[in-house]
Amino acid sequence: MTGGSPAGRGDGLGHDIVGFARALRGAGLPVGVEQTEAFAQALGWVDPLVRRELYLAARATLVSRREDLAVFDELFARFFGGPGPGRPSAAAHATPLAPRHDRSEFFRTALVAYMAERVDPSAREVEVPEDRKAASGAELLQRKDFGDCTAAELDAIARAMRELRFEMTLRYSRRLIRARRKGRLDLPRIVRDAARRGGTVAALARRCRKLRRRPLVVLADISGSMELYSRILLQFLHGVTQRHARTETFVFGTRLTRITSQLQIRNVDAALDHASREIVDFAGGTRIGDCLRAFDRQYARRVLGRGAVVLVISDGWETGDPARLGAEMRRLAERAHRIVWLNPLLGRAGYEPHARGMAAALAHVDDFLPINDLRSLHELAARLGQIPRRKGQGSGAGRASARRNTPALRAPCPHAPPGAPRSSHEA
Amino acid sequence: MLSREALTQQLAARGYIVDDALAMSVFLALRMQRPLFLEGAPGVGKTLLARVLAELFDTRLIRLQCYEGLDISQAAYEWNYPRQLLALQAHARAGGAAPSERPGTAAGLEATDELYREAFLLKRPLLQAIDAAAERAPVLLIDEIDRADEEFESFLLELLGDFQITIPELGTLTAKHRPIVVLTSNRTRDVHDALKRRCLYHWIDYPTLATELEIVRRKVPGLAEHLRRRVVAFVQRLRREELTKLPGVAETVDWAEAISHIGAAVLDPPTVDATLGLLLKYHDDIERVRGPVVAQLLAEPA
Repeated sequence: MTGGSPAGRGDGLGHDIVGFARALRGAGLPVGVEQTEAFAQALGWVDPLVRRELYLAARATLVSRREDLAVFDELFARFFGGPGPGRPSAAAHATPLAPRHDRSEFFRTALVAYMAERVDPSAREVEVPEDRKAASGAELLQRKDFGDCTAAELDAIARAMRELRFEMTLRYSRRLIRARRKGRLDLPRIVRDAARRGGTVAALARRCRKLRRRPLVVLADISGSMELYSRILLQFLHGVTQRHARTETFVFGTRLTRITSQLQIRNVDAALDHASREIVDFAGGTRIGDCLRAFDRQYARRVLGRGAVVLVISDGWETGDPARLGAEMRRLAERAHRIVWLNPLLGRAGYEPHARGMAAALAHVDDFLPINDLRSLHELAARLGQIPRRKGQGSGAGRASARRNTPALRAPCPHAPPGAPRSSHEA
Repeated sequence: MLSREALTQQLAARGYIVDDALAMSVFLALRMQRPLFLEGAPGVGKTLLARVLAELFDTRLIRLQCYEGLDISQAAYEWNYPRQLLALQAHARAGGAAPSERPGTAAGLEATDELYREAFLLKRPLLQAIDAAAERAPVLLIDEIDRADEEFESFLLELLGDFQITIPELGTLTAKHRPIVVLTSNRTRDVHDALKRRCLYHWIDYPTLATELEIVRRKVPGLAEHLRRRVVAFVQRLRREELTKLPGVAETVDWAEAISHIGAAVLDPPTVDATLGLLLKYHDDIERVRGPVVAQLLAEPA
């Protein structure tokens, strides 16, 4: 396929090309046969013995994403020895590669230690007659805070989560599809029908705009204060990603990490294992404002188009500047269709969102919901399917009221009488 | 066919300055007849490159601006329905066998054949680009592909792979001269890998100080050299600030022109503050920079 160009000068080089392409693939660059061929072909037009020429030709044909430039440069240097003289590549001022510590190892040990503590025999449950225990076990688990669960209970919750059904809310795309009664005329179809009937227009075919599921963007806090919830929530997010293809997931503590592609792995254990390898700052401090800023600069334009719903999962313990967090939340609110803030502490008795970060953020949040037990997940799943079509409508926890300058918070009471909806913001 | 050096010079002669990496990508795209996929922030000159290429090869620029919901009827071709309907009615009235009761008979089929001829075809940009009647290859600019939906990308695959378009009623039309294709993306979403695989990808960054100086020198010849240096150095520093929208090259040129019109002798903070709206397009950004930050950026030693 080299099209008669004088490609592949010297077998050694041909060998190098294949090896280099393989190395790039190994590093995760999407380099297919087409690219490799294009590279070989390109060598017909440059002098492959001049390193800079070789570098430029390789870069033009083998790189197809900006974020791959850094890895590409590194591998090129290893294979052929430096990109050659010339202007430093764009990658030079892109983010450097994060060191890949084996975070999964750390994660696992921490988790085991934590679980061992949880199954402390002194915290044994009160004796309950066998039959009643079985009946109420499932019900109790629904309301048991993730932070208070034993390892076995967390397992049961993870299993129950798999049953969780949710449908993402819809929006009208601008694409047209066939419609029955409403919509504009479908002229192509009318003409085709008419041609079949010799010019008689018998019925008016119509088209209307197609309904699409909204994209979902998740920003989850995995800092130290969220430690009790991180693992189970990541499992939940894995389930969400599996069911809703248009999900983008990011986790943050002191820095932001995108784990979308890791969560797309089908097997939940493998997915979480890969994800935790990406994350460099498990259980550290929290700089929500800085992380939102990083999100805004690197990803927002790419993932917040098309009317995305944003879930922020955090307890709002900000170690950075709360004013900055507020400013970043405002920017996020401008771009997102709706912001749902999920706070595990909200389900706890007597919690008031006094953390300064939380208070600053709330002005820009549409829904403020707990996420601390199985029932709250069910409620969330139901809520995601009912987000109104118009922006910012409905149960605004803070955003709408913030415009009127009254910080109206509706922190739901965790000890509401049975039967009363716990997280009703609609009232 | 131009050499790489000649290409760089020819582009520069038309006011478009390229570094060696972009020169390589353009050169290879032309030689290998592959589409060029340009990604980068708004205002770094992605669209302009297509215009300059059209000028350079003295050929037509066919531009397709993408948007959400863009479909084949707007991008490639559409049948001229009103004319088709008229023709049908005329056919029926002229005593052509009225096939209304017997759809699918010979007469009915004949009428259908008559309707789907090239005369009834409206050629939209993509079809125009591979039109066999054209004398030479045009430049096809598919602008802001990230605004179109994923479905549209899959349609482009056929076009960019084989430079042909299949019209079910008419057959497959193939380009006699392969167009020079430039796709641009502002990266508001990721474009599918399958599409990128068919292209040569290039990320256009903001220009270096030297390149930007050269661009301003060519575009705004009326600006004194010491002011030009100040203007470009300021913009380059401004791009290091945390802003919602960094100023692109187009903004630099606009600003340089404004400074030249004002007839300012020096670039001082009041002048910059008064003209900041030409560089920054978000109120927040202007508020952030105006005053102390401007003064500080201006005071930085070159």
